[in-house]
Amino acid sequence: MAVGLTHYLVVAAILFTLGVAGIILNRKNIIIILMSVELILLAVNINLVAFSAALGDLTGQVFALFILTVAAAEAAIGLAILVTYFRNRGTIAVEDINSLKG
Amino acid sequence: MAAAFFYLFSAVLIASAFAVIVARNPVHSVLFLILAFVNGAGLFLLAGAEFLAMILVVVYVGAVAVLFLFVVMMLDVDFAELRQGFSKHLPLGAGVGAVVLIELGMIAVGWQSAPNALEAAQTPIAAGVSNTAALGQVLYTKYFVFFQASALVLLTAMIGAIVLTLHHRPGVKRQKIAEQNARTRENVIEIKKVPSRAGV
Repeated sequence: MAVGLTHYLVVAAILFTLGVAGIILNRKNIIIILMSVELILLAVNINLVAFSAALGDLTGQVFALFILTVAAAEAAIGLAILVTYFRNRGTIAVEDINSLKG
Repeated sequence: MAAAFFYLFSAVLIASAFAVIVARNPVHSVLFLILAFVNGAGLFLLAGAEFLAMILVVVYVGAVAVLFLFVVMMLDVDFAELRQGFSKHLPLGAGVGAVVLIELGMIAVGWQSAPNALEAAQTPIAAGVSNTAALGQVLYTKYFVFFQASALVLLTAMIGAIVLTLHHRPGVKRQKIAEQNARTRENVIEIKKVPSRAGV
């Protein structure tokens, strides 16, 4: 059975669902939540690349490149905030992160 | 052959993504995340996006996943305690996941493309050039402003990460090169005439 656009879309849909479920399941562990966000962004990238290949249009790949850039920046900033928070409070549990004045 | 590789990459991708969200140890989660990214890069290769596949391996596996690994190992946290509530949230997570999956599946299978979608391509993939060259020809001309903007985003992220994590602990002795270079003979050396057998 030849692989078409729909196959890629189904794989990306399953990956996106796993990312969303991961955020709900690991609601206390912010590191796993960040990893789930990365999975969701990977699913979006697979969609964009699949459409780019199916339609013969490079714009999808350019958009995927920009998403990669933003995802890398987001991971760096998120982990930096996490390290700073852990240094100040000694915990990274999500429900303890409820006060603004540090 | 390509179909077999597609199913192989997809199966490993989905299995490792599942392992990311259910693994007990966050280090295992990060390692499965790396496996997921590598298989995603394989899918990109099959779709003809070679440059993105290589960028995914270099940026994600080489930088982001290693950053995750570094942070997981650096934080001294009881991860078993953070895992509490996993089984409590399991029905909600499975329910929301099922709803999202059904909705996305209905869209993924039931959609129809516009009849003129193929002709409407704004930046058609040029024939006879490699994927990297074609991407560069589009990225440095048509999307140049966005390219610069993404560079600004990365610069902001870099400065932000450094500002957030850099801190000077008090009481640490550091070499101050400016002060060392500012020393002169006149203000650091004092000559005393000491009489013989008298001491200072």
